Amino acid sequence: MNPFDTYAIEEGVRLKERFNSGNNGNLDVEVIAVSMGPPQAEEVLKESISLGVDSGLLLSDRAFAGADTWATAATLARAIKKIDDYKLIILGKQTFDGDTGQVGPELAHKLNLPFIGYVSSILEIDYKKVKVKRLMEDRYEIIETRLPAAISVGKDINVPRVPSLRGKLKAKKAEIPVWDKNCLDIKEKEAGLSGSYTKVIKIFTPKVKHEVKIIKGSADEQVNELYKELKELGVI
Amino acid sequence: MEIKVDSKSCTGCGICRGVCMYDAIEIIDGMAVINESCVYCGACIDVCKFNSIEIVGMEELKERDFSDYSGVCVYLETNNRKIIDVGYELISTGRILADKLNVSLSAVAIGSELENDIGEVFKYGLDKLYIIDNPVFSVNLDDIFSKALAQVIDKYKPEIFLAGATMFGRTLIPKVAAILKTGLTADCTGLSIDEEKKILLQTRPTFGGNILATIITKNSRPQMATVRPHVMEKKKIKEEIGDFGERIEYIKIDQSKFKTKYKLVDIEKELEENINITDYDVIVSGGRGLGSGDKFSLLKELADILGGVVGASRAAVDSNWISYPHQVGQTGKTVNPKVYIACGISGAIQHLAGMLTSDIIIAINKDPDAPIFNIANYGIVGDLFEVIPKMIKKIKGGKSLI
Ligand SMILES: Cc1cc2nc3c(=O)[nH]c(=O)nc-3n(C[C@H](O)[C@H](O)[C@H](O)COP(=O)(O)OP(=O)(O)OC[C@H]3O[C@@H](n4cnc5c(N)ncnc54)[C@H](O)[C@@H]3O)c2cc1C
Ligand SMILES: Nc1ncnc2c1ncn2[C@@H]1O[C@H](COP(=O)(O)O)[C@@H](O)[C@H]1O
Repeated sequence: MNPFDTYAIEEGVRLKERFNSGNNGNLDVEVIAVSMGPPQAEEVLKESISLGVDSGLLLSDRAFAGADTWATAATLARAIKKIDDYKLIILGKQTFDGDTGQVGPELAHKLNLPFIGYVSSILEIDYKKVKVKRLMEDRYEIIETRLPAAISVGKDINVPRVPSLRGKLKAKKAEIPVWDKNCLDIKEKEAGLSGSYTKVIKIFTPKVKHEVKIIKGSADEQVNELYKELKELGVI
Repeated sequence: MEIKVDSKSCTGCGICRGVCMYDAIEIIDGMAVINESCVYCGACIDVCKFNSIEIVGMEELKERDFSDYSGVCVYLETNNRKIIDVGYELISTGRILADKLNVSLSAVAIGSELENDIGEVFKYGLDKLYIIDNPVFSVNLDDIFSKALAQVIDKYKPEIFLAGATMFGRTLIPKVAAILKTGLTADCTGLSIDEEKKILLQTRPTFGGNILATIITKNSRPQMATVRPHVMEKKKIKEEIGDFGERIEYIKIDQSKFKTKYKLVDIEKELEENINITDYDVIVSGGRGLGSGDKFSLLKELADILGGVVGASRAAVDSNWISYPHQVGQTGKTVNPKVYIACGISGAIQHLAGMLTSDIIIAINKDPDAPIFNIANYGIVGDLFEVIPKMIKKIKGGKSLI
């Protein structure tokens, strides 16, 4: 599972627990994990269930492969529209492979939802609105917006739990529905590589450009040498 | 659409398997077989010496006519009525791209009561500046800003549009791209022009910095990219700019059409410490090797005399020695300072992902085999508690000599 999505899942499960605890009049909140990916992604959805998510949904079709963020957002949006009855979409701050953080804002735009990124805590939430604290470069912002909405979360929001034994059993038994392009009524040219506006034309490994200089000697000698180098570079 | 391996020419050499980041290739019976994990990234096609792999059945894209798009345009993000630094870096980069294409370079700034010295931007080679200055834009909110930006772009139709990959930029620009229905490449660290095709080549790190990918925007315009702050060089090319009044155009907007869905309730600054570590030229980072939280004061002292700030590995943050905004790495911040000093940090790949693009990396670690020494410019094998106090003394002493 993509590291940031573990925090998204945990936050979803915590919200459910908060609302369904009885103190809040037992709202019967449900958490659904949705993933677009190859059939093997079923495992990730099962893992989500073991962590307390109610059900998983896999969007899988050869036509979805090779999607850029736009085509990913388009496919996810179709599915979420079909789910229809939702209040909050929680995404990870970014993915591990792409790490663009673009899917959230693009998805929110397609569904005409407000989007708040980098949320580090959900301060208040009710049926109509949500108030969050988010981390920007040099400050925290407290922002409120109406629901439904989409947010993205980073690792400062919670500490994800480990799967419970009951969760694991539930996951094992769980059936993960798979929606393909027909099910989503999505055309081939809207999804996957064909539906992408961007295309990877080259993949390469960055070269270490410089030489590695190990400074030897006693601590005093090392410090003198480093000092000299830094002075030459104009750092000091 | 399908990816196919030609059974006649494939030798099963396995080179393609080596470059596949998605574990999608197996060698079965002396032939490459591509499984369901394939995302059509094309890396295998490029490395295959026998031209055995191809993607077939791709709906041919109609060559669209983009001749009404021209010029390079950059977004100048503002904070407290001032243009932030990455804006100048974008102008300098934009200038190079515009010159290659022989087109003009423009910029857009949106805010409220923007500073008067905004003309500074012309020293960096800008041709034209569009300004939207209106009280509705007094705080950066992505919904109304994206609408305004999309309108400007749609009106002036630049072929290339660049913005900073700041936290605001990374939320705002995807919305703009979504409104304009065009491609966007996030977090670029390299931009150039394919001189033959006259298109933008956008290079960015993926997989936590282990791999670089070059991306193009295939069938939509503008070609949009966010650019990582501090990577591109900012370069003043003129000291005098003369009268630039003509080159600024104020765009009027109908305020009633810009209603935000957000309410900014409050802003909290962590005043006792600098958390905006991406803004500093020098970062002194500490890891598990520090042993305890109070030892960060030593790093702070070094950072202070170098005019820098303190960073940390995840191990240090997870031990509650220092707050999360200081974390550098895949799940923390990506930094590109002039000097990055890693103290008691082993150099796990997730940490490197956040600091590999620093200009100069200095590592202090007592383990000579620590992976951090593979990527450092200068490595000091030693005890940080011995080396750093000596460093501080030396620099302080050195300074008083001047
Ligand atoms: C999904 C995922 C995401 C992650 N994201 C991040 C991230 O964003 N950032 C990050 O940093 N890590 C991240 N990690 C964790 C990463 O893998 C490492 O565990 C972490 O970076 C290790 O931190 P460290 O180097 O401080 O500690 P260690 O690996 O324990 O290294 C400590 C080093 O200190 C040296 N040392 C000890 N005492 C001294 C001394 N007196 N003087 C000099 N040297 C000394 C030791 O030789 C050792 O090399 C992530 C991991 C995962 C799985
Ligand atoms: N294929 C996908 N299926 C489900 N969610 C996704 C997918 N790709 C991205 N996301 C979500 O969007 C977030 C940001 O992804 P990215 O924009 O690719 O960095 C992730 O943390 C996920 O929550």
